[in-house]
Amino acid sequence: MPHSAVTMSHVDKWYGPFHVLRDINLDVKAGERIVICGPSGSGKSTLIRCINRLEEHQQGDIVVDGIPLTANLKNIDDVRREVGMVFQHFNLFPHLTVLENCTLAPIWVRKQPKAQAEENAMSFLKRVKIPEQALKYPGQLSGGQQQRVAIARALCMNPKVMLFDEPTSALDPEMIKEVLDVMVDLAEGGMTMLCVTHEMAFARQVADRVIFMDQGQIVEENEPEEFFKNPKSPRTRLFLEQILH
Amino acid sequence: MTGFVRTIDAPKLSPPKGEVGLIHTLRHRVFNSAIGGVLAIAIAALLFWTAWTIIDWAFFRGVWTAPDRELCNAEGAGACWPFIKARSLQWVYGFYPSAERWRVNLVYLIGAISLAGLMIPAIPFKTWNALFFFLLYPVIAFFLLLGGKFGLTLVETEQWGGLLVTLVLSVTAIVVSAPLGILLALGRRSEMPIVSLLSTIFIETVRGVPLVLVLFMAANMFPLFMPPGVNPDKLLKAVIGTSLFASAYMAEIIRGGLQAIPKGQYEGAQAIGLSYWKSMGLIIMPQALKVVIPSIVNNFISLFKDTSLVTVVGLFDLLGIVQTGFNDPKWASAQTSNTGYFALAVIYWAFCFSMSRYSQFIERKLNTSHKR
Ligand SMILES: Nc1ncnc2c1ncn2[C@@H]1O[C@H](COP(=O)(O)OP(=O)(O)O)[C@@H](O)[C@H]1O
Ligand SMILES: [Mg+2]
Repeated sequence: MPHSAVTMSHVDKWYGPFHVLRDINLDVKAGERIVICGPSGSGKSTLIRCINRLEEHQQGDIVVDGIPLTANLKNIDDVRREVGMVFQHFNLFPHLTVLENCTLAPIWVRKQPKAQAEENAMSFLKRVKIPEQALKYPGQLSGGQQQRVAIARALCMNPKVMLFDEPTSALDPEMIKEVLDVMVDLAEGGMTMLCVTHEMAFARQVADRVIFMDQGQIVEENEPEEFFKNPKSPRTRLFLEQILH
Repeated sequence: MTGFVRTIDAPKLSPPKGEVGLIHTLRHRVFNSAIGGVLAIAIAALLFWTAWTIIDWAFFRGVWTAPDRELCNAEGAGACWPFIKARSLQWVYGFYPSAERWRVNLVYLIGAISLAGLMIPAIPFKTWNALFFFLLYPVIAFFLLLGGKFGLTLVETEQWGGLLVTLVLSVTAIVVSAPLGILLALGRRSEMPIVSLLSTIFIETVRGVPLVLVLFMAANMFPLFMPPGVNPDKLLKAVIGTSLFASAYMAEIIRGGLQAIPKGQYEGAQAIGLSYWKSMGLIIMPQALKVVIPSIVNNFISLFKDTSLVTVVGLFDLLGIVQTGFNDPKWASAQTSNTGYFALAVIYWAFCFSMSRYSQFIERKLNTSHKR
């Protein structure tokens, strides 16, 4: 049985008085692909941002690759090294070239020699199919290309877990597929992934489990076939009706 | 209503040719209305008259060679250039002993070479050059100028003056205020309450006081903070005063730049595992500073000019030394001060205008946003 990549047990979080995450329990095995969906404001982003401590949870335990996430700064650094994240709005560094975006963390955090970091970055840029853009600046690329650079940037740190927060939501329709293709490729390569997305075809194709969140709670969780064919909770049913028409 | 299907593409054409040339511009941009025409002629006349007055004063009526004030005092005489020639060395070196002026020259030369190395993008070794200019050069300049060590004779700061004092004050303030301003700006935005409070108090206190007052206070109140009997050098106190003053302004400019950086940049940096200092140094600061280059240079320019306020605490900067020359009985004439102030204005303008142009050049150079 593979070990756990991410374990969340009884996790609670508040923004001021607002209880944004309520008793979250989630165990993600190494190599597992999880898709998280749910209405806007249900706490999906907050949940995955707790996994690399972009947000701090107040109660319960989160353990990533065996490292407990506490106030201990060293643990936080260690976890961030093992967890890659892809954002809705890419968050590439506009003052650096694509290649520099990809080599920055390997050089400054992993202390890789520059030549090795560049060679590594080029191989990932090839994998996301934009090696020819390496010397351009992010502002010169299309949204789809930027998001693929963002994926390559995260991969350059050789993360054990990849988090995706609505990676295709900010893209023009014709660019969604090129990003999803890269994500499918990644999933088939055995990467542990937690994806917040409403791309249900993607969920069907690669997810081991689909999780439905509402009002800060995990409401339903199942394998994709069952989840889409036989949603148990009325809330899930309502949500699926709305997004699938 | 019947449908429509395009079968033949509309041709792709080049844009229609516009009229060009001076006549066209004049007709369409200047003389496009009666008021516009009148205004244009009035402004042209005013410009012409101003330029003519200055040229006439400086060249046609200007006195070019004279042993003393005699010719400059004559009826209808213009600019008194010989005064400037007679005084120029003092403007540059103050009362620095003639035999030791090579030391000042050496400091100017090293500074100019190092600065050129920093400012010209094509020249390599930027990091080493920056370390040299910001850390080593101030030390070298200090010992070279002051002396008293390494076999150099001591030249008290009382004897420094003119451009030397102006440059010492403004370059030190610029070199100190850049890093100190960055730290204060980060401090003010820090999540640690003590750090944030102290930075805020410092910035708001210094910003709430005019520079003249900061200089007076530095000159007179410093000894209160020193052990009894210790009274630091006059120039040193002025340097500290202007540097702290400049740092407070710099901090607020940089804080403005930091606020312009979207939250996503901080998160992107954190998510790839960069520590606080690395994400500030590699991601946030480079972008924030780029945003505020015009304001930073603006600050440098006003700082450079504001150093002329140190005359109030008895230092002779460029302005001060030029003014002392007006009372020289050998040169005192109706046109002496006019000529002095005119030359001074040209010198200050040349420094400030170069800073301004350089900042525009760097802004263009650093623009990678490719905004569409
Ligand atoms: N920094 C914050 N401060 C206060 N409330 C927040 C903050 N971030 C998110 N929220 C609120 O928390 C809830 C969950 O947000 P989020 O996790 O972004 O939802 P989702 O990603 O599912 O749309 C929303 O109601 C949102 O308004
Ligand atoms: Mg979200």
